[in-house]
Amino acid sequence: MELLDHLWLGAQVAFTLQNVLCCLVGALLGTLIGVLPGIGPVPTVAMLLPITFTLDPTAALIMLAGIYYGAQYGGSTTAILVNLPGEVSSVVTVLDGHQMARQGRAGPALAIAAIGSFVAGSIATLIIATAAPLLAGVALEFGPAEYFSLMVLGLVAATVLARGSLVKAIAMVVLGLLLGLVGTDVNTGALRFTFDIPELADGIGFVVVAMGIFGVTEIVSNLERREARDVSVAKLARLLPSLADMKRSWAPILRGTALGSCLGILPGGGAALSSFASYTVEKKVSKHPARFGKGAIEGVAGPESANNAGAQTSFIPMLTLGIPGNPTMALMIGALMIQGIAPGPQVMTDQPQLFWGLIASMWLGNAMLVVLNLPLIGMWIQLLRVPYRFLFPAILVFMNVGVFSLSNNPWDCLMLSAFGLFGYVCVKLDCEPAPMILGFILGPLMEENLRRAMLLSRGDATVFLNPVEKPISFGCLLAALALLAVIALPNIRKRREEVFVEE
Amino acid sequence: MRIRSPKDFWAGAMFIGFGAFFAVWSLASYRMGSAVRMGPGYVPALLGGLLAVLGLVVLARSLALDGPKLEPFRFKPLLLVSSSVLAYGYLMSPGGLVVATAAAVIIGASASDEFKWKETLVLTLVLVLLSWLVFVHGLMMPFPLCPAFVDNCPLR
Repeated sequence: MELLDHLWLGAQVAFTLQNVLCCLVGALLGTLIGVLPGIGPVPTVAMLLPITFTLDPTAALIMLAGIYYGAQYGGSTTAILVNLPGEVSSVVTVLDGHQMARQGRAGPALAIAAIGSFVAGSIATLIIATAAPLLAGVALEFGPAEYFSLMVLGLVAATVLARGSLVKAIAMVVLGLLLGLVGTDVNTGALRFTFDIPELADGIGFVVVAMGIFGVTEIVSNLERREARDVSVAKLARLLPSLADMKRSWAPILRGTALGSCLGILPGGGAALSSFASYTVEKKVSKHPARFGKGAIEGVAGPESANNAGAQTSFIPMLTLGIPGNPTMALMIGALMIQGIAPGPQVMTDQPQLFWGLIASMWLGNAMLVVLNLPLIGMWIQLLRVPYRFLFPAILVFMNVGVFSLSNNPWDCLMLSAFGLFGYVCVKLDCEPAPMILGFILGPLMEENLRRAMLLSRGDATVFLNPVEKPISFGCLLAALALLAVIALPNIRKRREEVFVEE
Repeated sequence: MRIRSPKDFWAGAMFIGFGAFFAVWSLASYRMGSAVRMGPGYVPALLGGLLAVLGLVVLARSLALDGPKLEPFRFKPLLLVSSSVLAYGYLMSPGGLVVATAAAVIIGASASDEFKWKETLVLTLVLVLLSWLVFVHGLMMPFPLCPAFVDNCPLR
């Protein structure tokens, strides 16, 4: 069995002492930051990126993945305990999770979230191990035209999931693409938009952009909301779910896993969409839909499993095609590039230990979340009681260290504060910054592939749309167009707005 | 003509500004090349134009459709948090880790409406100690500890 061989190789990599430690530290740090109200997985991963730079690529990626799951789980903990969703994907967890907490059932809610996530994570890991090689095999046949069109599809899909106006989201992607082009042009060696600033010759640092628009902006926005942040943390009576709880939950967990695994693979998909979809499904199939919103454990079990499954399978396009489906994956790709690894289908063949080690560590990371978080819930509750005015200067110092240590140059701090300012303006103008980071990562790659495709076709731009010669490219562009058309339809636009209004 | 959706109006203006800048700058300073062999200016000029057009669409819609009001900017947290980051970066080489961290914490903490001197000084002490232990000793980051003018730094 090839699959078993691969997983065995992965297990050998993931279960070395160093990598288990990295996974543990990542999951712990991720939960630690992710538990803080208002900080979702994306800012968490952005803030913690620099600590992984000293590690070797495999360990770095394993740690980042651990940070990601940890942040995701930390967000759910906060959602259940204090009714403050830190991110879109825990918005639905709040609905029933916090109701359960108010009824004194915070323990079972947290436990079922952990168990559901673990089951979903384990199944999704197997799905990745099976599906990724297949997809990577297909991707090896991809030429520049296919890549270009696939990136267009990915970016369009990402804008569809952004909040608010579609046009603004597309504009943010384009702005991201442009910012990504700053620096030395790889093809001609020309310096673009550098204004004789030597630091700009290598382009705008990806870490400062991510940390600025997610981290700094987040802090400023939080400080601005004057309303008292002192949160009443729910009491924790008993931790383990009862047998009746388990009976109610197993089916939602499996349904959520199935839904999340499918939606996570789609470009633009991932955790947030999965949990929304799962909640809707659970409410539909339930015999007592009236219980939802009043502390139904199914409303926690389903979405929590779905968002974890979605979070994991969104690694598939990232690992096999080198194309990020959501901002977190964009950060992962950025981390890979900083480690000197060009993302794409060749990663699996050139770096099998990295690829399979990461996959095996996903299971490990999920197991760790159960082992770590259930006993540590008391500690997270204590952390939630720390007032924000102590937390944010600490986060600031941490970000500063991370950014300054990139090259020991104050320039990076200057850029960090500039992007913090820019992110703040974007938030004020209702321009979602998440699509921008996707554009920023893909900018140089898209230009490169566009150039190569045009060179190969001798300047014929219709090559992308040729269904006979380039069926994949044609299909991707068609799908992108269909997606845009569908979103522009008034009916669906209204529904899309409703979904995001619920937040 | 009346601005009916101020958020969209300014967003549109911002996109037009960025788009026009990238497009005009590329056209003026970089070689365009041809569709077969694209020069360094080709793609940015194209994308800049696209961004400006998208900005125009957003702007036009803001004049036609009603939208939410622009919430006022609160400059105090914004400027203080930014300054905290800048202080850290620019004080590190002349001032060393202790000075830079302390400055960043105090400036940053003062962005909060609940700022209190006593608390902040304790917090500063804790964070300086933590930085020194975790980053300098734990992760071996090569930060200077004392200000540059101190010859024999007593800190290790």
